[in-house]
Amino acid sequence: MQQEKRIAPRRRFVEALLGSGFLATAVAFLYPVLRYLVPPKAADLGSDAVVAGRVSELKPNSGKLFRFGNRPGLLIRTSSGEYRAMSATCTHLSCTVQYREDLRQVWCACHNGRYDLNGRNISGPPPRPLEDFEVQVRGDEIFARRRRET
Amino acid sequence: MSPLRNVRDWLDERFGWDDLVAPLRKKAVPLHKLSYWYFLGGITLFLFVIQVLTGILLLLYYRPGASEAFESVQYIMTQVQFGWLIRSIHSWSANLMIFTAFAHMFSVLFLKAYRKPRELTWVSGVVLLFLVMGFGFSGYLLPWNTLAFFATKVGTEITGQVPVIGKPLMIFLRGGEEVTGATLTRFFGFHVAVLPGLTTVLILLHLLLVQHLGISIPPKLEVQWTANPSARREMKFFPNFLLRELMAWYVALAVLGALAAVFPWNLGVKADPFVSAPAGIKPEWYFLFMFQTLKLIPPRVWFIDGEVLGVLAFGLVALLWLLLPFFESDQPSRTKVWITGLAIFALAYVAGMSVYGHLAK
Amino acid sequence: MAILRNKLRPFGVTCYVALAGFFVLAASTAYGQTPNSCLDCHAALPDPLGVSQEKFSQDIHGQKGLTCASCHGGDPTSNDPDKAMSRKAGWKGKIDRRQIPQLCGSCHSDPAYIRQFNPSLRTDQLDQYRTSVHGRRFAAGDTKVAVCTDCHSVHDLRAPSDLRSTVNPVNVATTCARCHSDAAYMKAYSIPTDQLAKYSTSVHHEALTVRGDLSAPTCTTCHGNHGAAPPGVDRVQNVCSNCHTFQAQMYEKSSHKKAFEGASLPGCVVCHSNHGIGHPSDAYLGTGPEAVCKRCHTPGDKCDQARAGLQSGLNRLDEAIKGADRILGVAESSGMEVSEARLGQDQARASLTKARVTIHSFRPDLVDQDIQAGLKLAAKDLQAGNEAMVERNHRRVGLGISLIAIGIVLAGLWLYIKKIETY
Repeated sequence: MQQEKRIAPRRRFVEALLGSGFLATAVAFLYPVLRYLVPPKAADLGSDAVVAGRVSELKPNSGKLFRFGNRPGLLIRTSSGEYRAMSATCTHLSCTVQYREDLRQVWCACHNGRYDLNGRNISGPPPRPLEDFEVQVRGDEIFARRRRET
Repeated sequence: MSPLRNVRDWLDERFGWDDLVAPLRKKAVPLHKLSYWYFLGGITLFLFVIQVLTGILLLLYYRPGASEAFESVQYIMTQVQFGWLIRSIHSWSANLMIFTAFAHMFSVLFLKAYRKPRELTWVSGVVLLFLVMGFGFSGYLLPWNTLAFFATKVGTEITGQVPVIGKPLMIFLRGGEEVTGATLTRFFGFHVAVLPGLTTVLILLHLLLVQHLGISIPPKLEVQWTANPSARREMKFFPNFLLRELMAWYVALAVLGALAAVFPWNLGVKADPFVSAPAGIKPEWYFLFMFQTLKLIPPRVWFIDGEVLGVLAFGLVALLWLLLPFFESDQPSRTKVWITGLAIFALAYVAGMSVYGHLAK
Repeated sequence: MAILRNKLRPFGVTCYVALAGFFVLAASTAYGQTPNSCLDCHAALPDPLGVSQEKFSQDIHGQKGLTCASCHGGDPTSNDPDKAMSRKAGWKGKIDRRQIPQLCGSCHSDPAYIRQFNPSLRTDQLDQYRTSVHGRRFAAGDTKVAVCTDCHSVHDLRAPSDLRSTVNPVNVATTCARCHSDAAYMKAYSIPTDQLAKYSTSVHHEALTVRGDLSAPTCTTCHGNHGAAPPGVDRVQNVCSNCHTFQAQMYEKSSHKKAFEGASLPGCVVCHSNHGIGHPSDAYLGTGPEAVCKRCHTPGDKCDQARAGLQSGLNRLDEAIKGADRILGVAESSGMEVSEARLGQDQARASLTKARVTIHSFRPDLVDQDIQAGLKLAAKDLQAGNEAMVERNHRRVGLGISLIAIGIVLAGLWLYIKKIETY
């Protein structure tokens, strides 16, 4: 009789411990999984395309820098209103280039290198053109896309 | 009546539940000095289940294809809530599972559990081991980073060395002459459909055989216990062994969680097929012993190309490994001792070559 | 015997065919070459009369179809030395040094003639030469100065685009140094001979030879090639500004330009040197051995205080960037994703570079603008790094909680097992 009395509270303790442990681990495992299942706000466009800017942002004959993956990109609105996008990393020594409204060209401040609006190197030290991106305007957003390899 | 009892009766009326479950109640695990090795099979199975679950979760966000794969894994690691956890667990569990699979195989080897009548269990197990390594090889490429790209290039190149069928096999694996996005798509298909299907079928076969044949005991012990049945020590599988197995599984979970949180799996650099291979490219650790062996074989042995010889040798060893139980049955004990010796050599070789391959430049 | 003959016949036929083929081949290599009998003898002669066929085949004049007689006169078709080298045939013998520019110019200053070979080749080299220091001294009778062949070589003269040409950008400095680094040769002139030694330590030399950047300046970039002359003390800035436009623009509007011009000091060269242009560092603004300001300014005066301000500003930004880099590095190695912040660091570093360029305006207020912009960026990245570390710690706490939960389960299972197995 006494043995049973001693066993009973111990049994309840062990069962309580086990039950709470199972519950705690179940929560610890399910919580991340449930959070994981909810899609994040930032959509995944892959490496090929980013939103370079908004239509209202750029005046004609102006440019702005944007982020393309891990490198900077340059979005230009020409004086005729067209959009051009290209990599903003100078092919000479990797400085970040900029759009010069007065020259209507892409210019690198480091050693006076110049590129035309298609990214071709036309003057100064740069040995190669800037990689140019395809531009697509959808609604209010301007997308820059890496050119597909054929 | 307790609610559990009600459920059991309901199932029994429809599935014959009690008859199905009855053998499980009788299932027993032999108890002896080396019983701890029995856990390994269950742990491997548990890790496989983890892989399937985390794999399915990853499938919700992963995108196969050369232009999207790396970015989708990056997205999982950085943007998806707890994506880093799911992916890191998947990668760590993969490595742990391959390790436990090897350990399970070696423990069965040394405990001689492959003896008659368990030959088919061994054969299905060895095929499962090959499938698991195939999982590792195909899954490794999926993030499409530089290391994986070149490891796949080297690995499939070696496959191409097999005489006659090597080249067509390599083209089949690569989906073309070179490793490209087509290879990635193909490996994805292998990894999430072909291999899981084959593995599931073989696991079921493997478990059915274990269930039917019971758990084996070392030969010497078998002799003892046959002579003296009262000396036999056993533990009921359900619930005693299962509870202990459960403890092992929770420990495995703890280890996985710690590894995933403290050493998250890294992304690497996106693969660029036009960049030359980085120096000292090596496969994952579970292929190192083969890779290192191939590196040590001289370019020409007699009139045969060294690498071809190596690949053929490994192929032969794999075949012998598969058919091992059939070499031992009804053999004099000297042969059995030889086989034990070979087993020890094999373990030492795999371990030693893996370490050597890791340390070599 | 007959059998042997039959067996040998195909062999014999092959031999004849091969021999015929060899002659055809030999003849065809000669086809298209203008006859140049001079080399028949002169190829075997020792220096200084020796010119091998191999050497001359590298020469661009030879490749275009000119012969020895084009410059030396004589009759290249004759094998008789007396006929070939006769005054009647116009043979000039060894060209006197004093005749060389005129001789080369007789073709190279003739646009109509050069147009036949390369319409876009310039034809003003001789005119330019006459304006150069070499040309002017030459006209005054100095034969030690460089003439065409000294730089361009002769008999194996290659186009400048050829990497082996003595006037290819990568080789120009070595070519100039043949005279200009020879102290004995240059003794009579009052210019130093350490230019090559200094240039070899420069950042431009490194760009050219190590990085292979052919846009990097060599001697001729700043001094001109045919019209070679030092730019002049008051024109140095113009030369440098061709590449370093921003710095030149800043300097143009600065107080130092007036001061240097007034003191006839050569602009950029005052701080940066001319040949041994090293990589500039913030130490230029310091007080140590590399410091340049202290060469003119008194320690403690207004300018020196401004200098100290500039240096401390740059140091502050540099430290801020390094600090953010450090924490981002720790976060990254703990598995956190910080690529956005890394990109921000690139922009912060660009601000630092811009601040260093703005130094040339000698306006502390302008420099400070750039430094503040950079500091803001670095601070943002530092914050991102700190947030990543906080997230990392959250993960570890989460891990700890899970491990505790697992520990409870393990304890519970252990006790439960003990319980059901103890009766």
